[in-house]
Amino acid sequence: MATKLPATDVVVIGLGWAGSIIANELTDEGLDVVALERGPWRDTAADFNLASAPDELRYVQRQELMLRTAQNTITARNNPSQTALPMRSWGSFHPGNGTGGAGNHWAGITFRFQPSEFRLRSHLTERYGAAAIPQELVLQDWGTDWTEMEPFYDAFDKITGLSGKAGNLKGEIQQGGNPFEGPRSNEYPTRPLRQPYGPTLFAETARNMGYKPFPVPSALVSEPYTNSLGVTMGPCTFCGFCTNYGCANYSKASAITTILPVLVRKSNFTARTNSEVLRITRDASGKRATGVVFVDTSGQEWEQPAELVVVTAFTFENVRLMLLSGIGTPYDPRTNTGTTGRNYAYQTANGVQLFFDDKNFNPFIGGGAVGMGIDEFNNDNFDHSGLGFFGGGSIRVTPIGAAPINNRPVPPGTPSWGSEWKRQTVKNYLSNMSIGCEASSYTTRNNYLSLDPTYNDHLGRPLLRLTFDFPENDLKMAQYCTDKVGEIAKAMGPRQIVKSPSKGHWNTVPYQSSHVVGGFVMGADPKTSSVNKYLQSWDVPNVFVVGASAFPQNPGYNPTGTVGALSFKAANAIRTLYLKSPGALVQA
Amino acid sequence: MKTLVALLAGVAGLVVSLAHAQSGDASFEQVERGRYLAVLGDCAACHTTATGKPLAGGVVLKTPFGDLVGANITPDPDTGIGRWTLDDFQGAMSQGISRGGYHLYGAMPFTAYTKVTKEDNAALWAYLRTIEPVNNPVVPNQLPFPFNIRLSLVGWNFLNFTKGEFQPDPAKSVEWNRGAYIVQGLGHCGSCHTPKSLTGGDKNGQFLQGGTLDNWYAPDITADAHKGIGSWSSDDIVQYLKTGANRFDIASGPMAEMVEKSSQYWTDPDLKAVATYLLSVGGGGTSAPAPIAADDKGMAAGKAIYADRCAACHIGSGEGVPNLFPKLASAPLVNNDDATTLIRVVLAGGVAGATNAVPTAPAMPSYAWNLSDEDVANVLTYVRNSWGNSAPRVSPTDVATLRKQLQQ
Amino acid sequence: MNKQEQPGTSRRQFLLSTTAVILLATAGKAGAVIIKGAAPWAPFDYSPPQTLEPGGWYFFTPQEAAAVEAIVERLIPADELSVSGKDAGCAEFIDRQLAGSFGTFERLYMQGPFQAGAPEQGDQSSLVPQQRYRVGLAGLESYCQDTFKQSFASLSADQRDKVLTGLQNGDIALKSIDAKLFFTTILTNTMEGFFADPIYGGNKDMVSWKMLGFPGARYDYRDYVEMHNQKIDLPPLSIAGRPEWKAKG
Repeated sequence: MATKLPATDVVVIGLGWAGSIIANELTDEGLDVVALERGPWRDTAADFNLASAPDELRYVQRQELMLRTAQNTITARNNPSQTALPMRSWGSFHPGNGTGGAGNHWAGITFRFQPSEFRLRSHLTERYGAAAIPQELVLQDWGTDWTEMEPFYDAFDKITGLSGKAGNLKGEIQQGGNPFEGPRSNEYPTRPLRQPYGPTLFAETARNMGYKPFPVPSALVSEPYTNSLGVTMGPCTFCGFCTNYGCANYSKASAITTILPVLVRKSNFTARTNSEVLRITRDASGKRATGVVFVDTSGQEWEQPAELVVVTAFTFENVRLMLLSGIGTPYDPRTNTGTTGRNYAYQTANGVQLFFDDKNFNPFIGGGAVGMGIDEFNNDNFDHSGLGFFGGGSIRVTPIGAAPINNRPVPPGTPSWGSEWKRQTVKNYLSNMSIGCEASSYTTRNNYLSLDPTYNDHLGRPLLRLTFDFPENDLKMAQYCTDKVGEIAKAMGPRQIVKSPSKGHWNTVPYQSSHVVGGFVMGADPKTSSVNKYLQSWDVPNVFVVGASAFPQNPGYNPTGTVGALSFKAANAIRTLYLKSPGALVQA
Repeated sequence: MKTLVALLAGVAGLVVSLAHAQSGDASFEQVERGRYLAVLGDCAACHTTATGKPLAGGVVLKTPFGDLVGANITPDPDTGIGRWTLDDFQGAMSQGISRGGYHLYGAMPFTAYTKVTKEDNAALWAYLRTIEPVNNPVVPNQLPFPFNIRLSLVGWNFLNFTKGEFQPDPAKSVEWNRGAYIVQGLGHCGSCHTPKSLTGGDKNGQFLQGGTLDNWYAPDITADAHKGIGSWSSDDIVQYLKTGANRFDIASGPMAEMVEKSSQYWTDPDLKAVATYLLSVGGGGTSAPAPIAADDKGMAAGKAIYADRCAACHIGSGEGVPNLFPKLASAPLVNNDDATTLIRVVLAGGVAGATNAVPTAPAMPSYAWNLSDEDVANVLTYVRNSWGNSAPRVSPTDVATLRKQLQQ
Repeated sequence: MNKQEQPGTSRRQFLLSTTAVILLATAGKAGAVIIKGAAPWAPFDYSPPQTLEPGGWYFFTPQEAAAVEAIVERLIPADELSVSGKDAGCAEFIDRQLAGSFGTFERLYMQGPFQAGAPEQGDQSSLVPQQRYRVGLAGLESYCQDTFKQSFASLSADQRDKVLTGLQNGDIALKSIDAKLFFTTILTNTMEGFFADPIYGGNKDMVSWKMLGFPGARYDYRDYVEMHNQKIDLPPLSIAGRPEWKAKG
């Protein structure tokens, strides 16, 4: 039996980027907020001690900062005819755990989605005609637009202190920035990071080929920065222990380095860590949430009554909590009905490896978001007429560091052990580099999320089941974009290039991307979406579900900037609309 | 300031008489003034616990002589000071003698509070009468023999206590006098920053030249150019006290608590007055020693450790990052003779104070697990003798001793 | 509209509460931790890596240890580039990993039913690393006794290479464990040991890092980031430090 706690105005589930932003905005509004986090409290000095933070075995191999699969995992299969099996250790993606969430171990690449993305189906229909959209794809608009989104992107920029160079300032194209980005109201808060050799060589070559390289927008700040909340961050030191690691010197933006220092001081805010939400409770009508039930790690159950429930966990847990709580109707691919679990999408990860004889890249110097990119082959930045696919990818060189358990590429055909393996490893370690292409992932009818019929978590609740394979559209796109990357790679003059487009079935084992999206998507039509443009549940209006779970499909960009913007958007809707008139903000 | 907590003890020991509490009519202005003075004097540091009601006592003060506990100074008649009179209060503040004639222990900084004017004491008293009475019995004196004998305080007072209200210096500005009044009086800065004699009294000849308390070293805050804050501007001092940080440094430890609870609420004129006064206080006058040579073997080892463990935050040149990582180059704390605080933060780590103006509260990681006594000594010797700094070598023995004390 | 407020609770309280939390967590029974007013902080607070003191074997029997040393000596042979995996401490590394939380997959989802899936569904073995080694090494020993009438450890370098290749390709079958799974496990762990920080028992004297030109666990390359296409001669650094930390002479 759950012990009942005193009622609060708002309960926030998950204290990563989205939960911290919303909790901070709503406490500013004077509301009492209780935040529940299933993992531990994370502290820079204690958890990311500068002496022990750069530990590849612990943070990459043993996944110290990720959610432990013993606590919660997913089951996976490529298609509905297979039996889904549990991911026993994380491979393809790396969900986070603890305060700060995956924002502690993320890379920090922080793009804004482009204006056309928010009305993707409309945009492609207008440009190419409805018939050009491949039958297998379930593409849809977001129910919002650039004008509505831009101020919230701007707010997130000012929280994170993003480093970069504007490419489009209020409609004026800027030299040195990304000319394909939507018009920004402000320049990046901090100037671009300095660049190591690999990105510099790539940018020179790309420029010579007529492309417009730009510094990758980065949440690793380039200079001391005091954010819009008064919290100060220090400059990135290019240590190369970034993606998968926590930052020891306060230079990678995360909720713990940018928001929690302020949030935790407020008397109307309480965080409870080691507290996993079991379900959202509703009243007899089913149309109103009454709070949540959660369990702590001692097994004690608690009931937290609340007027407003804001769900801000990772994509997977957002969707699973909705399924476990019966909010929305589960999606059924056979009948194409229901919306909870619909429109799951991923990211199409491609790359080209370059082996040189005469170069030294010092590949250990870098960071998750240190690099240069081009956007000529992303999304709909190029003419797709007659190509037979839509979408594209962000092409870039971002040396994330080269700790050697995982970062010592050798040419194909090299033995995996023995003297020849060692000779090739040493020969190529300093003189190789890679160009990545993080590409779009479009939704199909058979890619979806549901509850697993067999496997349960340690609390006896069904795991989330992920049914996913790459659509033909995406595989064609991957091949096309990787070939374009290959042209640039060749022009850089290496001894050998090795192209790796996404191909075949989605494989759960090798790491590809943690950018899992959809399953509780936003839109203008409750038949095809779960939340309205304010991230408010169509079915239970005092529940807001915020995160990449709201993306109806995934463009060729990293999601966190948009997750941050959507968090500010939802918070703003609660502050300016919902509190004045609690209830559905958009009539279905 | 709580930790500074001073030495001998104090607060404790207020013995409640049977007299009835007086109810007096105080003006709103007087009560509000008293409320501000209570913040200025940081009464809450010793008299309000983290979870307790305001000023209901119970804060444990660790002193070299034993534990003392902050008294209940709410108007509760049985366990607080409800039966006191204004005269009783004036006696406690100005003479260290509580109602009933008992001597207070010196942790109650009456050696400073004696400077407080009668008018201010009346305002403080008026304010104290307005707070919620809390029944909270406190046993203030937990000292071992012989320090538990209050009679010993008569001798202590003879050695350490000069009675008397603050006397303005007509040759100085009004602002300077206000600053001196705060620093010497309610602000009781000397409780931490003035070196102590063997009996725990202030060495008044070395006013504000730095003192060690509870394994912290409160640095020299005189205008001495090398060890003190002589290179800080008045604005730097104001900003530090108001926000906990300035372009050089960030408050941590007991000073962070002082800023959080007290000085961030001081008025701008008071902050400015304190700065003006502090910049007039002369230091010890000793000249800076010659720095230890860079080719010294300990210095060379320290340089390597600094590059690997310190430079990622404090920068290779010791410049630091404002509001985040304290500047180590030409830093007063670094140049003080006593390295206690430096050793402490390297071993145990430390967390900066947080104020609404500067809320970051970055933390220094603990290196006790990673650096040997010799490593800590070498890296601190390097820091103390680089980039314009010069200070005595830190010995591995000093590190070992403090490590043991801190881990007790 | 802002409730701008002072922290309701002081650091000191959190000192106490975090201390309590640490104790509870050690006992494995931490309840909800309530954070209000200030972030938890405590002196000496630090989340340490799992390491074990050098000397002796924690998990392997002497026979198992000899076999593992004989394997890692071939996976990473001694040559002009480096000492062997054996001399770099890879067997000690594996032993200590098996004795820690990795050895039992303590942090991983190990609920059944266990069933083989498509290759895309990843490792579905019910065996945890301790079992993979115990069963796999026993199977290897049995195979070598049957085939060579000798322990794996006493085979010549060429013979060992042939056996290892056979395991890798699945040409050799082992009792009770898939030979490829066993080989992959030991190859992965050997490489981890060779390239991980020396605090875990392998990569002795940072041998692999020196071999590659990897400067190790450093945290600041601001002075080097724009030194393009130049060799940077920085001696490697371990979490435990580097020789230059010690005063010389």
